Amino acid sequence: MPLTLPFRPRRETYPPDMWTKCPSCSEMLFNKHLEKNLRVCGTCGHHFRISAKARLDQLLDAGSFRERDEGLASRDPLGFVDSKPYADRLVAAQLATGRRDAASWGFGAIGGRRVAICALDFGFMGGSMGSVVGEKVTRAAEGAFVERVALIVVSASGGARMQEGTLALMQLVKTIGALERLRAAGLPYISVLADPTTGGVFASFAALGDVNVAEPKALIGFAGARVSAGTIAEELPPGFQRSEFLFSHGFVDRIVTRADLRDELALLLALLGPAGATDATTGSVRRG
Amino acid sequence: MVDRLLGRPRDRETVPADPSPGVDPRDAVWARVQLARNPRRPHTLELVSHITDAFVELHGDRLFGDDGAMVGGPARIDGRRVMIVGHQKGADTDENIRRNFGMSKPEGFRKAIRLFELAERLGLPVVTFVDTPGAYPGAEAEERGVADAIARSIGAMTRLRVPIITLITGEGGSGGALAIAAGDVVVALENAVYAVISPEGCASILWRTTEKAPDAALAMRMSAQDQAELGVVDRVVPEPGEGAHVDAAETGRRLRAVILEELDKLAALSPDELVAKRGGRYRVFGAFDDLGINEPGPGGAERPGLADRLRRALEPMGKSVGDALGGRTGREARDARNTLDGRDPRESRDAREAREGRDGRDEPPAREEV
Ligand SMILES: [Zn+2]
Repeated sequence: MPLTLPFRPRRETYPPDMWTKCPSCSEMLFNKHLEKNLRVCGTCGHHFRISAKARLDQLLDAGSFRERDEGLASRDPLGFVDSKPYADRLVAAQLATGRRDAASWGFGAIGGRRVAICALDFGFMGGSMGSVVGEKVTRAAEGAFVERVALIVVSASGGARMQEGTLALMQLVKTIGALERLRAAGLPYISVLADPTTGGVFASFAALGDVNVAEPKALIGFAGARVSAGTIAEELPPGFQRSEFLFSHGFVDRIVTRADLRDELALLLALLGPAGATDATTGSVRRG
Repeated sequence: MVDRLLGRPRDRETVPADPSPGVDPRDAVWARVQLARNPRRPHTLELVSHITDAFVELHGDRLFGDDGAMVGGPARIDGRRVMIVGHQKGADTDENIRRNFGMSKPEGFRKAIRLFELAERLGLPVVTFVDTPGAYPGAEAEERGVADAIARSIGAMTRLRVPIITLITGEGGSGGALAIAAGDVVVALENAVYAVISPEGCASILWRTTEKAPDAALAMRMSAQDQAELGVVDRVVPEPGEGAHVDAAETGRRLRAVILEELDKLAALSPDELVAKRGGRYRVFGAFDDLGINEPGPGGAERPGLADRLRRALEPMGKSVGDALGGRTGREARDARNTLDGRDPRESRDAREAREGRDGRDEPPAREEV
């Protein structure tokens, strides 16, 4: 089935330099090709990070997404100041991204099947989870519950947002509580783990998918590698905290390339989604 | 509609004012952190010996092993049967090595889950003791799925059909603490602390030096009193004298009285009510505005929400750019954004994509351990 590609709007002029160096294989990639390839290096398969919008464009049937709660914005509940005020950091991130926080949720369709979906945006303060991200993930789960559809959350986050203190920590309980209610209602939840998914995001909704799907070589872990390597005198095993490491230890069901992700999700939804929905996908067997 | 809030101020007990009023608030909170970490502070098993009439420690997660950093088992308090689950630090270096300094591994959290589920099956209320620097951050913990174990422990707590009383007795260190801290009621000892990340970890990320840990402790408002202000903690229990370490027995007596009182209150609720009320307690945490929908009509000047008022009361830096977006109605906020941005939000989104396309740089992940 045709993929919706995240073409850059025509009216936008190209930035002066049109090339991107792959951080993995150092190949110079023509941006136009990189975009066509869903921001995956054509040479080595490195998956670049993508915005929540690009993610939703790639996964959902064209034009099917209806965003909800776009207007949620953090209130800086602690009046947090480090080298600069959190309030200023928020505004800077808002101006840079055009988004109010690090998550988007809404309803859309994948292969004709309606889902509630939430995508995190690493470009907004490292995708960190404060009140707004926690609320959006929770509302997505509640939306799935109310409409009796499957839930998909695509994570890309450094963890809980320190600037919101324990209120950020409480988002772990809030999101997990919503997932427990969804689970009790017999509705499936697919967690997609993209680079990176760490800290409190991994230790809450991201780890708890009925099916956990990871992009190749994504950094996925609880403690920061620096913490692990620094405070604990211990050699880190090869591939530590990468998708393949999680897969081999039994915490990820499948590692799926970005080009395959949409079809993979469509098939999983057809097999696991609420009964009674029309089955638009054709037969397929995915082993390995 | 906008005001989804934080804290319900609850029945907070009178707590002595900061040890030395007039001192730098940074020093005051840092003194609390030191007290919470004091090796002579009574840890879970010592407190349990003062609180309970009978206790049998159970071991093992039935999956991998037994974690000395997490203890638990059935107990009796004043004739009432409960299930105890708590982090366990050591009193000396030898014990700390055995207890892994109170840092649980996945098997510790899975032991907690096992005991939660046993308690539910037998109808025993759960009392959790929180005292940990955080979950163990080593490779073996990652291999055995520490994030999965923490998430599932929290999940077990959210659906448990028996009362849960959480006591934060020392260090409430991020996700490793929260894994057993999602109670119906959360009680903290006066010198306990609770934070999303260790002050050293926060300082090293945001200030780029651990020397700023006291600043981080203050900014995160990690004292029990501040946590009560935020509604994360429901009750603060005064400690004897200079702190719990001077009189473990008296600390235990005070906690025992609070446990019995809270057990009585929670006993009035049916299992359904209990689970619903607990869900509600955690559902409302968060402080945000809705600037998009539900905006008031023209001229419908909104009274600032509680969160706004709280923020202004707490805000030390006066008027910040954040006020341009944070504390206004939707329309004003959008206008402010457009003024600041100089174009419509759609364009700024495109601009970002263009920028991403240009440099394609993968920034190092913000590792915010939780
Ligand atoms: Zn490459």
